[in-house]
Amino acid sequence: MTDPIEKTATTALDRRDVRVKHDAGIGGALRAFIERVRSGDLGSLPVIVGLVIIWTVFTSLNPIFLSSNNLVNLLFDCSTVGVISLGVVCVLMLGQIDLSVGSMSGFASAMVGVLWVNEGWPVGLAVIAAVVIGGLVGALYSLLFNRLGMPSFVSTLAGLLAILGMQLYLLGASGSINLPYGAPLVDFGQLLIMPAVLSFVLALLPGAALLINGLSSIRRRCAANLSASSKGGLMLRAGLTTLLLEAVVAYLNVGRGVPYMFGLFVGLAVALNYALRRTQWGRSMHAVGGNHEAARRAGINVRAIYSSAFILCSMFAALGGVLSAARLASASQQAGTGDVNLNAIAAAVIGGTSLFGGRGSAYSAVLGIIVIQSIASGLTLLNLSSSLRFMITGAVLAIAVIVDSLARQSRVSHGRA
Amino acid sequence: MTDLDAQSATSKELVLKLRGISKHFGAVSALTDIDLDVHAGEVVALVGDNGAGKSTLVKILAGVHQPSSGTIRFRDKPVTLTDPATALDLGIATVFQDLALCENLDVVANIFLGRELKPFQLDEVAMEVRAWTLLNELAARIPSLRDVVASLSGGQRQTVAIARSLLLEPKVIMLDEPTAALGVAQTAEVLNLIERVRDRGLGVIMISHNMEDVRAVADRIVVLRLGRNNGIFYPDTSNEVLISAITGASNNAVSRRAGRLLAERELSQEGQA
Repeated sequence: MTDPIEKTATTALDRRDVRVKHDAGIGGALRAFIERVRSGDLGSLPVIVGLVIIWTVFTSLNPIFLSSNNLVNLLFDCSTVGVISLGVVCVLMLGQIDLSVGSMSGFASAMVGVLWVNEGWPVGLAVIAAVVIGGLVGALYSLLFNRLGMPSFVSTLAGLLAILGMQLYLLGASGSINLPYGAPLVDFGQLLIMPAVLSFVLALLPGAALLINGLSSIRRRCAANLSASSKGGLMLRAGLTTLLLEAVVAYLNVGRGVPYMFGLFVGLAVALNYALRRTQWGRSMHAVGGNHEAARRAGINVRAIYSSAFILCSMFAALGGVLSAARLASASQQAGTGDVNLNAIAAAVIGGTSLFGGRGSAYSAVLGIIVIQSIASGLTLLNLSSSLRFMITGAVLAIAVIVDSLARQSRVSHGRA
Repeated sequence: MTDLDAQSATSKELVLKLRGISKHFGAVSALTDIDLDVHAGEVVALVGDNGAGKSTLVKILAGVHQPSSGTIRFRDKPVTLTDPATALDLGIATVFQDLALCENLDVVANIFLGRELKPFQLDEVAMEVRAWTLLNELAARIPSLRDVVASLSGGQRQTVAIARSLLLEPKVIMLDEPTAALGVAQTAEVLNLIERVRDRGLGVIMISHNMEDVRAVADRIVVLRLGRNNGIFYPDTSNEVLISAITGASNNAVSRRAGRLLAERELSQEGQA
């Protein structure tokens, strides 16, 4: 008659309860993954499946789609809206929204055009000014939200119109400013490609980081008498990641290569991911998104967390606007209008950031924007009009939200909310 | 043994002293002129009917609500508890009735919420070890600390909330209905825990509707009624006295029911005879 849950000194601290199944080794990791997906904790699985389907369909319709130069172009296009989408992840994480990211990006591109080309400011200063103004707009939204209790849906909808007005005012009668070809900013947005060697080395980093972090975590957990994941599974994951990334980079290098701008985008995504996962700020973001009253009672400065998200979102939007000005070599009245707004928000949602708050990751912006730009690029190659493009992107967004909503219900019923 | 007793008698520092605390929500006076003392190493039970203002008082001490008037002195210094962080920093920890856990975070993250180790590079291993230590002290039955709180049962959540309140080594700990969702063994563990916490020299404020639990651990029983102080009692007070203080009259629903049952029993006994 021994208590089955009785502590024994030999087993790890977190393995003493016999009621819990613990999957060990590579097979165990796989079983745990399948179990997680079945209960509705889908992670980025739907978007990867969706991407495979989209690529298969477009390649069968037009083989140029998967040519390496088309993919390089795709990466250039992804970077601009993708950066905006990173900010959207931050606000969605808190269950809020920023509908004005498109206008903000357009206004930022107009600012760079006016300050740099018309007023003759150094380009770096003009970019910094645009991003700072973005931060101020975000600060205004957080003020309206925190102090006046204005729903972000309404305040940013008002912002959408007001900032668009400011963009039109700045650009004046001419309506557009051309950025000089050959300038470093424009080259960055259109031409600059990493040397092949650099791209291969950079592609090694994620796998290496995975391996080093994983090994040190296993060592520390064993030292603290906690269970640790298997080394075999870790090496398999690191190996597969490296293999996949090197293959992708090799294929891209058959064409023009990996754009520096995409490197910047991924770098920002990695930094944001670290901040959301491994810092106190990120933990607070998750907590406020999940239950803001509980977060407040735990002593978290909830208002500061909301402010940080709104400010970051507008700053990312401004930076994305600067990048798209560089990509188009112009700052025009059309910049940031049309589908930019919705694409940025849709990318975050399609990638798996929940509209209900409390769940999301920076990488969802990367995956989501690749899906959206793939559709755009594929439909352009098929010579389909933008009317069809809008309809299809809208349908994909609807499907993504349905998947999110169904997965959420499944998580609730499986006790994994 | 006598040394210890003498020591505890002299070291009974007054940690928390409330005078004339009132709280209005619009036209409703939730609390009127409440006085409350809590000494170190003392368990104060706060009892009262629904709507007596117990939870409101706890929320004021936790910094969730601000009192409309009155003074709070903590360790002989006047304090204003403007927000929950201030109360936590002073050393007033609270286990709320609704527990205030984030369901989308795992157990470790909830216990350390707002107090994470190494803010710029979270030390998950150290936090998990500390969380296990805290939970093992409470004899908790939680299968995995890496599961989200949404997957835990009511009792397990309660244990997590209690473990979280102990993390900061507070001076005063407030428990709002700590045993409401617990099983028999865990209720005993929580009562043991309350005694252990008291023996460590902390002041404990405990809200409960369960008179058995209250009697078991409380050193003093403070009764609130309709937002006012309605007497201070000791655990040896009879049930009738306590209940009449809680409900406000000796002729109340509880006493009428007891009287009716007694009369029925006598009647049936007469019938049998």
